[in-house]
Amino acid sequence: MKRRALFAPLAASLAMPWLGGCAAPDLKPAGTGDLGVVIERGRGTVAIVNTSTRTLLAEVPGLGDLSHASVVFARDGASAFVFGRDGALTRVNLLTQRIEARVLQAGNSIGGAISADGTLVAAQNYTPGGVKVFDARTLELVADIPATMADGRRSRVVGLVDLPGRRFAYALFDADAICIADLSQPEAPRVTRLDGIGRQPYDALVTPDGRHYIAGLFGEDGLALVDLWQREPHARRILAGYGRGEQALPVYKMPHLRGWAVAGRQAYLPAVGRHEVLVVDTQTWQEVGRITVAGQPVFVIARPDGRQVWVNFALPDYHRVQVIDTPSQQVVRTLEPGKAILHMEFTPRGEAVWLSARDDNRVVVLDTQDYQTLAALSVDSPSGIFFTARATRVGF
Amino acid sequence: MRRVVAAVALPLALAASAQDMDRARQQSLVRLVRQDCGACHGMRLTGGLGPALTREALADKPIEAVAATIVHGRPGTPMPPWRAMLSDGEAHWIAVRLTQGFPEEPKAVP
Repeated sequence: MKRRALFAPLAASLAMPWLGGCAAPDLKPAGTGDLGVVIERGRGTVAIVNTSTRTLLAEVPGLGDLSHASVVFARDGASAFVFGRDGALTRVNLLTQRIEARVLQAGNSIGGAISADGTLVAAQNYTPGGVKVFDARTLELVADIPATMADGRRSRVVGLVDLPGRRFAYALFDADAICIADLSQPEAPRVTRLDGIGRQPYDALVTPDGRHYIAGLFGEDGLALVDLWQREPHARRILAGYGRGEQALPVYKMPHLRGWAVAGRQAYLPAVGRHEVLVVDTQTWQEVGRITVAGQPVFVIARPDGRQVWVNFALPDYHRVQVIDTPSQQVVRTLEPGKAILHMEFTPRGEAVWLSARDDNRVVVLDTQDYQTLAALSVDSPSGIFFTARATRVGF
Repeated sequence: MRRVVAAVALPLALAASAQDMDRARQQSLVRLVRQDCGACHGMRLTGGLGPALTREALADKPIEAVAATIVHGRPGTPMPPWRAMLSDGEAHWIAVRLTQGFPEEPKAVP
Protein backbone atom coordinates (compact mmCIF):
# COMPACT_ATOMS: atom_id res chain seq x y z
CA MET A 1 0.00 0.00 0.00
CA LYS A 2 2.66 2.41 1.12
CA ARG A 3 4.88 1.44 -1.76
CA ARG A 4 2.22 2.22 -4.30
CA ALA A 5 1.60 5.55 -2.68
CA LEU A 6 5.28 6.33 -2.97
CA PHE A 7 5.56 5.33 -6.57
CA ALA A 8 2.45 6.67 -8.15
CA PRO A 9 3.54 10.34 -8.12
CA LEU A 10 7.04 9.42 -9.25
CA ALA A 11 5.78 7.40 -12.18
CA ALA A 12 3.36 10.11 -13.16
CA SER A 13 5.87 12.93 -13.07
CA LEU A 14 8.66 11.19 -14.94
CA ALA A 15 6.48 8.85 -16.98
CA MET A 16 9.46 6.45 -16.83
CA PRO A 17 10.44 7.03 -20.48
CA TRP A 18 13.26 4.49 -20.32
CA LEU A 19 10.89 1.68 -19.60
CA GLY A 20 9.77 1.88 -23.18
CA GLY A 21 13.30 1.14 -24.29
CA CYS A 22 13.44 4.06 -26.71
CA ALA A 23 15.16 7.37 -25.99
CA ALA A 24 17.54 7.87 -23.07
CA PRO A 25 15.87 9.35 -20.03
CA ASP A 26 15.79 13.09 -19.87
CA LEU A 27 17.53 13.48 -16.53
CA LYS A 28 18.62 16.62 -14.81
CA PRO A 29 22.34 16.83 -14.12
CA ALA A 30 22.84 15.27 -10.74
CA GLY A 31 25.62 14.22 -8.41
CA THR A 32 25.91 10.82 -6.82
CA GLY A 33 27.29 11.67 -3.37
CA ASP A 34 24.00 11.19 -1.59
CA LEU A 35 22.86 8.09 -3.44
CA GLY A 36 22.88 4.47 -2.40
CA VAL A 37 21.21 1.14 -2.92
CA VAL A 38 19.23 -1.21 -0.70
CA ILE A 39 19.01 -4.89 -1.59
CA GLU A 40 15.44 -6.24 -1.71
CA ARG A 41 16.58 -9.78 -1.58
CA GLY A 42 13.32 -11.60 -1.89
CA ARG A 43 12.44 -9.90 -5.17
CA GLY A 44 15.78 -9.75 -6.95
CA THR A 45 15.54 -5.99 -6.92
CA VAL A 46 17.70 -3.11 -5.75
CA ALA A 47 16.13 0.07 -4.47
CA ILE A 48 17.96 3.30 -5.25
CA VAL A 49 17.79 5.76 -2.37
CA ASN A 50 18.77 9.35 -1.65
CA THR A 51 20.33 9.94 1.76
CA SER A 52 19.69 13.70 1.80
CA THR A 53 15.97 13.56 1.07
CA ARG A 54 15.71 10.10 2.71
CA THR A 55 13.55 8.82 -0.08
CA LEU A 56 13.28 5.85 -2.37
CA LEU A 57 14.02 7.04 -5.90
CA ALA A 58 13.47 3.91 -7.95
CA GLU A 59 13.61 0.16 -7.99
CA VAL A 60 15.66 -1.82 -10.46
CA PRO A 61 14.39 -5.41 -10.84
CA GLY A 62 15.79 -8.40 -12.65
CA LEU A 63 18.92 -9.05 -10.62
CA GLY A 64 18.28 -12.69 -9.75
CA ASP A 65 18.98 -14.35 -6.41
CA LEU A 66 20.11 -11.60 -4.08
CA SER A 67 20.45 -13.60 -0.86
CA HIS A 68 23.74 -12.42 0.58
CA ALA A 69 24.14 -9.87 -2.22
CA SER A 70 26.80 -7.22 -1.90
CA VAL A 71 27.71 -4.09 -3.80
CA VAL A 72 30.82 -2.11 -4.69
CA PHE A 73 30.89 1.22 -6.50
CA ALA A 74 32.93 2.62 -9.34
CA ARG A 75 34.62 5.79 -8.28
CA ASP A 76 32.23 7.94 -10.28
CA GLY A 77 29.71 6.84 -7.66
CA ALA A 78 27.20 6.19 -10.42
CA SER A 79 27.93 2.58 -11.25
CA ALA A 80 27.04 -0.03 -8.67
CA PHE A 81 28.33 -3.55 -9.18
CA VAL A 82 25.91 -6.01 -7.61
CA PHE A 83 27.11 -9.53 -6.80
CA GLY A 84 24.28 -12.05 -6.55
CA ARG A 85 24.19 -15.43 -4.87
CA ASP A 86 23.43 -17.07 -8.22
CA GLY A 87 26.78 -15.95 -9.60
CA ALA A 88 25.45 -12.95 -11.49
CA LEU A 89 27.43 -9.72 -11.65
CA THR A 90 25.31 -6.76 -12.64
CA ARG A 91 26.28 -3.14 -13.18
CA VAL A 92 23.46 -0.76 -12.31
CA ASN A 93 23.67 2.96 -13.04
CA LEU A 94 22.18 4.94 -10.17
CA LEU A 95 21.55 8.04 -12.26
CA THR A 96 19.83 6.40 -15.21
CA GLN A 97 18.38 3.76 -12.89
CA ARG A 98 19.12 1.08 -15.43
CA ILE A 99 21.04 -2.15 -15.73
CA GLU A 100 24.03 -1.40 -17.95
CA ALA A 101 25.72 -4.79 -18.07
CA ARG A 102 25.21 -8.22 -16.62
CA VAL A 103 27.09 -11.52 -16.70
CA LEU A 104 26.42 -14.88 -15.10
CA GLN A 105 29.96 -15.59 -14.01
CA ALA A 106 29.71 -18.50 -11.54
CA GLY A 107 27.29 -20.98 -10.02
CA ASN A 108 27.42 -19.54 -6.54
CA SER A 109 28.96 -16.25 -5.52
CA ILE A 110 29.40 -14.37 -2.28
CA GLY A 111 30.61 -10.88 -3.13
CA GLY A 112 33.32 -8.87 -4.77
CA ALA A 113 35.70 -5.94 -4.86
CA ILE A 114 36.84 -3.22 -7.23
CA SER A 115 40.47 -2.29 -7.88
CA ALA A 116 41.77 1.01 -6.59
CA ASP A 117 42.02 2.40 -10.13
CA GLY A 118 38.46 1.33 -10.86
CA THR A 119 39.37 -0.75 -13.91
CA LEU A 120 38.94 -4.26 -12.51
CA VAL A 121 36.05 -5.89 -10.69
CA ALA A 122 36.71 -9.18 -8.92
CA ALA A 123 34.09 -11.70 -7.77
CA GLN A 124 34.66 -14.25 -5.03
CA ASN A 125 32.97 -17.54 -5.72
CA TYR A 126 31.97 -20.65 -3.83
CA THR A 127 31.13 -22.67 -6.95
CA PRO A 128 33.44 -23.08 -8.71
CA GLY A 129 35.71 -21.96 -5.88
CA GLY A 130 37.93 -19.12 -6.97
CA VAL A 131 38.14 -15.49 -8.02
CA LYS A 132 37.16 -14.13 -11.41
CA VAL A 133 38.27 -10.71 -12.53
CA PHE A 134 36.37 -8.58 -15.02
CA ASP A 135 36.91 -5.43 -17.01
CA ALA A 136 34.81 -2.92 -15.04
CA ARG A 137 33.62 -1.24 -18.23
CA THR A 138 32.63 -4.22 -20.36
CA LEU A 139 32.33 -6.97 -17.72
CA GLU A 140 34.49 -9.15 -19.96
CA LEU A 141 36.45 -11.81 -18.11
CA VAL A 142 40.12 -10.87 -17.84
CA ALA A 143 41.40 -13.42 -15.31
CA ASP A 144 40.15 -16.66 -13.76
CA ILE A 145 42.02 -17.67 -10.61
CA PRO A 146 40.95 -21.04 -9.16
CA ALA A 147 41.22 -21.58 -5.41
CA THR A 148 42.40 -25.05 -4.58
CA MET A 149 42.97 -27.30 -1.62
CA ALA A 150 46.01 -29.57 -1.25
CA ASP A 151 44.17 -32.44 -2.95
CA GLY A 152 43.29 -30.32 -5.96
CA ARG A 153 39.63 -29.82 -5.09
CA ARG A 154 38.28 -26.29 -5.16
CA SER A 155 37.95 -24.18 -2.03
CA ARG A 156 35.26 -21.64 -1.33
CA VAL A 157 36.58 -18.08 -1.34
CA VAL A 158 35.75 -15.52 1.34
CA GLY A 159 36.99 -12.12 2.47
CA LEU A 160 37.91 -10.66 -0.93
CA VAL A 161 39.19 -7.08 -0.65
CA ASP A 162 40.93 -4.58 -2.89
CA LEU A 163 44.51 -3.60 -2.07
CA PRO A 164 46.49 -0.64 -3.35
CA GLY A 165 48.07 -1.22 -6.74
CA ARG A 166 45.65 -3.42 -8.68
CA ARG A 167 45.90 -6.15 -6.13
CA PHE A 168 43.30 -8.17 -4.25
CA ALA A 169 43.49 -10.32 -1.12
CA TYR A 170 41.16 -13.16 -0.23
CA ALA A 171 40.94 -16.21 2.01
CA LEU A 172 40.14 -19.85 1.31
CA PHE A 173 37.56 -21.27 3.73
CA ASP A 174 38.35 -24.90 2.90
CA ALA A 175 42.12 -24.56 2.56
CA ASP A 176 43.08 -22.41 5.57
CA ALA A 177 44.95 -20.05 3.29
CA ILE A 178 45.20 -16.37 2.37
CA CYS A 179 46.04 -15.31 -1.20
CA ILE A 180 47.32 -12.00 -2.50
CA ALA A 181 46.71 -11.61 -6.23
CA ASP A 182 48.63 -8.98 -8.19
CA LEU A 183 46.77 -8.05 -11.36
CA SER A 184 49.04 -5.26 -12.57
CA GLN A 185 49.18 -7.45 -15.67
CA PRO A 186 45.65 -8.84 -15.68
CA GLU A 187 46.39 -11.47 -18.31
CA ALA A 188 49.12 -12.91 -16.07
CA PRO A 189 48.01 -12.66 -12.43
CA ARG A 190 50.68 -13.32 -9.83
CA VAL A 191 49.30 -15.03 -6.74
CA THR A 192 51.15 -15.18 -3.43
CA ARG A 193 49.67 -17.88 -1.23
CA LEU A 194 50.05 -18.09 2.54
CA ASP A 195 49.10 -21.51 3.91
CA GLY A 196 48.31 -22.63 7.43
CA ILE A 197 46.88 -19.29 8.48
CA GLY A 198 44.32 -20.86 10.88
CA ARG A 199 41.22 -23.00 10.61
CA GLN A 200 38.30 -22.00 8.41
CA PRO A 201 38.67 -18.30 7.64
CA TYR A 202 35.09 -17.05 7.19
CA ASP A 203 35.49 -13.38 6.26
CA ALA A 204 38.15 -10.71 6.25
CA LEU A 205 38.86 -7.00 6.12
CA VAL A 206 41.64 -4.66 5.15
CA THR A 207 42.56 -1.65 7.24
CA PRO A 208 41.82 1.79 5.77
CA ASP A 209 45.51 2.32 4.95
CA GLY A 210 45.59 -0.91 2.97
CA ARG A 211 48.33 -2.25 5.19
CA HIS A 212 46.79 -5.00 7.31
CA TYR A 213 44.59 -7.84 6.13
CA ILE A 214 42.69 -9.62 8.90
CA ALA A 215 40.79 -12.86 8.42
CA GLY A 216 38.38 -14.07 11.09
CA LEU A 217 38.57 -17.78 11.87
CA PHE A 218 35.53 -19.97 12.40
CA GLY A 219 37.41 -23.16 13.24
CA GLU A 220 39.38 -21.70 16.13
CA ASP A 221 39.39 -18.73 18.49
CA GLY A 222 41.50 -16.07 16.87
CA LEU A 223 42.15 -14.10 13.70
CA ALA A 224 44.91 -14.19 11.11
CA LEU A 225 46.78 -10.94 10.46
CA VAL A 226 48.96 -10.17 7.44
CA ASP A 227 51.13 -7.03 7.27
CA LEU A 228 51.06 -6.30 3.56
CA TRP A 229 53.85 -3.73 3.81
CA GLN A 230 56.37 -6.44 4.63
CA ARG A 231 58.64 -7.51 1.79
CA GLU A 232 57.56 -11.11 2.27
CA PRO A 233 54.16 -11.04 3.93
CA HIS A 234 53.26 -13.81 6.32
CA ALA A 235 50.25 -14.52 8.50
CA ARG A 236 50.30 -14.47 12.25
CA ARG A 237 47.61 -15.20 14.78
CA ILE A 238 46.05 -12.43 16.85
CA LEU A 239 43.56 -12.69 19.72
CA ALA A 240 44.35 -16.42 19.85
CA GLY A 241 42.26 -18.31 22.38
CA TYR A 242 39.87 -15.41 23.00
CA GLY A 243 37.20 -17.94 23.99
CA ARG A 244 39.37 -19.05 26.91
CA GLY A 245 38.45 -22.65 26.24
CA GLU A 246 34.77 -22.09 26.98
CA GLN A 247 32.15 -23.79 24.84
CA ALA A 248 31.03 -21.43 22.09
CA LEU A 249 27.30 -20.81 21.54
CA PRO A 250 25.67 -22.14 18.39
CA VAL A 251 26.38 -19.61 15.63
CA TYR A 252 23.11 -18.97 13.80
CA LYS A 253 24.66 -16.35 11.60
CA MET A 254 28.27 -15.81 10.63
CA PRO A 255 29.72 -12.46 11.67
CA HIS A 256 30.86 -10.12 8.93
CA LEU A 257 34.17 -8.34 9.11
CA ARG A 258 33.77 -5.98 6.21
CA GLY A 259 32.77 -2.64 7.55
CA TRP A 260 35.95 -2.24 9.47
CA ALA A 261 35.41 -0.75 12.90
CA VAL A 262 38.41 1.31 13.80
CA ALA A 263 38.30 4.17 16.24
CA GLY A 264 41.53 5.91 17.08
CA ARG A 265 44.08 3.20 17.82
CA GLN A 266 41.49 0.54 18.52
CA ALA A 267 39.73 -1.92 16.29
CA TYR A 268 36.45 -3.54 17.32
CA LEU A 269 35.88 -7.10 16.16
CA PRO A 270 33.02 -9.58 16.60
CA ALA A 271 33.74 -12.66 18.73
CA VAL A 272 32.43 -15.85 17.13
CA GLY A 273 29.91 -17.74 19.26
CA ARG A 274 30.11 -15.28 22.14
CA HIS A 275 28.16 -12.22 23.24
CA GLU A 276 31.26 -10.08 23.01
CA VAL A 277 32.99 -7.46 20.94
CA LEU A 278 36.77 -7.73 21.13
CA VAL A 279 38.88 -4.59 21.26
CA VAL A 280 42.37 -4.77 19.81
CA ASP A 281 45.17 -2.20 19.69
CA THR A 282 46.16 -1.67 16.06
CA GLN A 283 49.78 -0.87 16.93
CA THR A 284 50.53 -3.91 19.05
CA TRP A 285 47.64 -6.16 17.89
CA GLN A 286 47.09 -7.15 21.51
CA GLU A 287 43.64 -7.43 23.05
CA VAL A 288 42.96 -4.36 25.15
CA GLY A 289 39.38 -5.06 26.13
CA ARG A 290 36.17 -6.89 25.49
CA ILE A 291 32.67 -5.54 25.69
CA THR A 292 29.69 -7.69 26.63
CA VAL A 293 26.83 -7.10 24.21
CA ALA A 294 23.22 -8.24 23.79
CA GLY A 295 23.84 -11.18 21.46
CA GLN A 296 26.30 -12.63 19.01
CA PRO A 297 27.58 -9.70 16.96
CA VAL A 298 27.22 -9.85 13.18
CA PHE A 299 28.28 -6.37 12.04
CA VAL A 300 30.49 -4.20 14.24
CA ILE A 301 30.77 -0.88 12.44
CA ALA A 302 32.33 2.41 13.48
CA ARG A 303 30.57 5.65 12.74
CA PRO A 304 32.86 7.42 10.26
CA ASP A 305 34.26 9.70 12.98
CA GLY A 306 35.01 6.72 15.23
CA ARG A 307 33.16 8.12 18.23
CA GLN A 308 30.59 5.32 18.20
CA VAL A 309 30.57 1.68 17.19
CA TRP A 310 27.22 0.13 16.27
CA VAL A 311 26.58 -3.58 16.64
CA ASN A 312 23.80 -5.79 15.31
CA PHE A 313 23.21 -9.42 16.21
CA ALA A 314 22.49 -12.92 15.00
CA LEU A 315 19.07 -14.39 15.58
CA PRO A 316 17.35 -14.68 18.00
CA ASP A 317 18.69 -11.29 19.16
CA TYR A 318 18.42 -9.46 15.87
CA HIS A 319 15.66 -7.11 16.97
CA ARG A 320 18.30 -5.21 18.93
CA VAL A 321 21.11 -2.87 18.01
CA GLN A 322 23.65 -1.56 20.48
CA VAL A 323 25.80 1.53 20.46
CA ILE A 324 29.27 1.49 22.00
CA ASP A 325 30.79 4.79 23.08
CA THR A 326 34.43 4.37 22.10
CA PRO A 327 36.17 6.68 24.61
CA SER A 328 34.56 4.87 27.55
CA GLN A 329 34.19 1.49 25.77
CA GLN A 330 30.71 1.19 27.24
CA VAL A 331 27.43 0.22 25.65
CA VAL A 332 25.53 3.49 25.94
CA ARG A 333 22.35 2.58 24.13
CA THR A 334 20.27 -0.47 23.30
CA LEU A 335 17.78 0.16 20.54
CA GLU A 336 14.97 -1.93 19.14
CA PRO A 337 14.48 -0.34 15.75
CA GLY A 338 12.61 -3.22 14.09
CA LYS A 339 12.36 -6.93 13.41
CA ALA A 340 15.38 -8.76 12.00
CA ILE A 341 17.93 -5.97 11.67
CA LEU A 342 20.27 -7.35 9.01
CA HIS A 343 22.52 -4.45 8.11
CA MET A 344 23.51 -0.90 9.00
CA GLU A 345 25.07 1.81 6.86
CA PHE A 346 26.17 5.27 7.95
CA THR A 347 25.68 8.33 5.84
CA PRO A 348 29.04 9.64 4.59
CA ARG A 349 29.75 11.73 7.68
CA GLY A 350 27.74 9.59 10.07
CA GLU A 351 25.04 11.95 11.30
CA ALA A 352 22.52 9.26 10.44
CA VAL A 353 22.47 5.50 10.14
CA TRP A 354 20.20 3.44 7.93
CA LEU A 355 19.08 0.05 9.19
CA SER A 356 17.39 -2.82 7.37
CA ALA A 357 14.46 -4.23 9.34
CA ARG A 358 13.87 -7.26 7.16
CA ASP A 359 10.76 -8.63 8.85
CA ASP A 360 9.12 -5.21 9.06
CA ASN A 361 9.74 -4.60 5.35
CA ARG A 362 11.22 -1.27 6.32
CA VAL A 363 14.43 0.67 6.25
CA VAL A 364 14.72 2.86 9.32
CA VAL A 365 16.87 5.99 9.44
CA LEU A 366 18.12 7.06 12.87
CA ASP A 367 19.89 10.16 14.07
CA THR A 368 23.16 8.96 15.63
CA GLN A 369 23.26 11.77 18.20
CA ASP A 370 19.83 11.57 19.77
CA TYR A 371 18.70 8.19 18.30
CA GLN A 372 15.44 9.69 17.03
CA THR A 373 13.84 8.13 13.98
CA LEU A 374 14.31 10.45 11.03
CA ALA A 375 12.52 8.38 8.41
CA ALA A 376 11.12 4.96 7.64
CA LEU A 377 11.02 3.70 4.08
CA SER A 378 8.85 0.88 2.83
CA VAL A 379 11.20 -1.69 1.27
CA ASP A 380 10.49 -5.38 0.67
CA SER A 381 12.66 -7.65 2.91
CA PRO A 382 15.62 -5.27 2.90
CA SER A 383 19.08 -6.67 3.54
CA GLY A 384 22.34 -4.93 2.55
CA ILE A 385 22.51 -1.11 2.37
CA PHE A 386 25.34 0.45 0.40
CA PHE A 387 26.02 4.16 -0.04
CA THR A 388 28.21 5.62 -2.76
CA ALA A 389 30.72 6.99 -0.22
CA ARG A 390 32.11 3.44 -0.29
CA ALA A 391 33.58 4.29 -3.70
CA THR A 392 36.36 6.28 -2.08
CA ARG A 393 37.26 3.83 0.67
CA VAL A 394 39.85 1.06 0.57
CA GLY A 395 38.30 -2.31 1.32
CA PHE A 396 34.72 -1.35 0.53
CA MET B 1 21.34 -18.81 29.99
CA ARG B 2 20.03 -19.71 26.54
CA ARG B 3 20.65 -23.39 27.22
CA VAL B 4 18.43 -23.26 30.28
CA VAL B 5 15.64 -21.71 28.26
CA ALA B 6 16.08 -24.38 25.59
CA ALA B 7 15.89 -27.20 28.11
CA VAL B 8 12.58 -25.89 29.41
CA ALA B 9 11.15 -25.06 26.01
CA LEU B 10 11.94 -28.37 24.36
CA PRO B 11 9.40 -30.68 26.04
CA LEU B 12 6.68 -28.11 25.47
CA ALA B 13 7.65 -27.61 21.85
CA LEU B 14 7.76 -31.37 21.28
CA ALA B 15 4.02 -31.39 21.66
CA ALA B 16 3.79 -29.31 18.50
CA SER B 17 3.69 -32.18 16.03
CA ALA B 18 3.14 -31.70 12.34
CA GLN B 19 -0.62 -32.06 12.74
CA ASP B 20 -1.32 -29.46 15.36
CA MET B 21 1.28 -26.88 14.36
CA ASP B 22 -0.77 -23.87 13.49
CA ARG B 23 -0.60 -22.13 10.18
CA ALA B 24 1.12 -19.05 11.55
CA ARG B 25 3.93 -21.16 12.95
CA GLN B 26 4.27 -23.02 9.66
CA GLN B 27 4.61 -19.72 7.84
CA SER B 28 7.21 -18.51 10.28
CA LEU B 29 9.16 -21.74 9.73
CA VAL B 30 9.02 -21.23 5.97
CA ARG B 31 10.31 -17.71 6.46
CA LEU B 32 13.02 -18.93 8.86
CA VAL B 33 14.28 -21.47 6.34
CA ARG B 34 14.15 -19.12 3.35
CA GLN B 35 15.55 -16.07 5.10
CA ASP B 36 17.75 -17.26 7.97
CA CYS B 37 18.89 -20.70 6.81
CA GLY B 38 19.13 -18.93 3.45
CA ALA B 39 21.97 -16.79 4.79
CA CYS B 40 24.23 -19.82 4.32
CA HIS B 41 22.21 -22.15 2.09
CA GLY B 42 20.85 -19.43 -0.22
CA MET B 43 17.27 -18.18 -0.34
CA ARG B 44 16.67 -20.48 -3.26
CA LEU B 45 18.39 -23.19 -1.17
CA THR B 46 20.92 -23.72 -3.95
CA GLY B 47 23.81 -23.62 -1.49
CA GLY B 48 26.47 -21.20 -0.31
CA LEU B 49 28.64 -21.67 2.72
CA GLY B 50 26.24 -24.53 3.46
CA PRO B 51 25.31 -27.20 0.89
CA ALA B 52 22.30 -27.04 -1.43
CA LEU B 53 19.02 -28.10 0.18
CA THR B 54 16.97 -28.53 -2.96
CA ARG B 55 14.83 -31.61 -3.49
CA GLU B 56 17.39 -32.92 -5.99
CA ALA B 57 20.32 -32.34 -3.62
CA LEU B 58 18.53 -34.20 -0.82
CA ALA B 59 17.22 -37.03 -3.02
CA ASP B 60 19.28 -39.77 -1.36
CA LYS B 61 19.11 -38.37 2.19
CA PRO B 62 16.73 -40.01 4.68
CA ILE B 63 14.32 -37.53 6.25
CA GLU B 64 15.47 -38.60 9.72
CA ALA B 65 19.07 -37.72 8.82
CA VAL B 66 18.04 -34.29 7.56
CA ALA B 67 15.96 -33.67 10.70
CA ALA B 68 18.83 -34.82 12.93
CA THR B 69 21.24 -32.43 11.19
CA ILE B 70 18.81 -29.56 11.83
CA VAL B 71 18.41 -30.45 15.50
CA HIS B 72 22.01 -31.35 16.33
CA GLY B 73 24.01 -29.40 13.74
CA ARG B 74 27.20 -30.73 12.20
CA PRO B 75 30.20 -30.37 14.49
CA GLY B 76 33.29 -29.09 12.72
CA THR B 77 31.22 -27.17 10.19
CA PRO B 78 29.33 -23.86 10.50
CA MET B 79 26.00 -25.76 10.75
CA PRO B 80 24.71 -25.01 14.27
CA PRO B 81 22.29 -27.13 16.31
CA TRP B 82 18.85 -25.51 16.04
CA ARG B 83 17.34 -27.29 19.04
CA ALA B 84 17.21 -24.09 21.06
CA MET B 85 14.92 -22.62 18.42
CA LEU B 86 13.09 -25.59 16.90
CA SER B 87 11.36 -28.61 18.39
CA ASP B 88 12.00 -32.11 17.05
CA GLY B 89 8.55 -32.00 15.46
CA GLU B 90 9.31 -28.71 13.73
CA ALA B 91 12.68 -29.96 12.48
CA HIS B 92 10.94 -33.01 11.06
CA TRP B 93 8.30 -30.83 9.44
CA ILE B 94 11.07 -28.79 7.78
CA ALA B 95 13.00 -31.91 6.73
CA VAL B 96 9.93 -33.44 5.05
CA ARG B 97 9.29 -30.26 3.10
CA LEU B 98 12.92 -29.87 2.09
CA THR B 99 12.94 -33.33 0.57
CA GLN B 100 9.69 -32.54 -1.25
CA GLY B 101 10.89 -29.17 -2.54
CA PHE B 102 10.52 -26.41 0.00
CA PRO B 103 7.47 -24.11 -0.13
CA GLU B 104 7.85 -20.49 -1.19
CA GLU B 105 7.06 -17.68 1.18
CA PRO B 106 3.66 -16.15 0.51
CA LYS B 107 4.07 -13.01 -1.55
CA ALA B 108 4.36 -9.86 0.52
CA VAL B 109 1.21 -7.79 0.47
CA PRO B 110 2.07 -4.62 -1.46
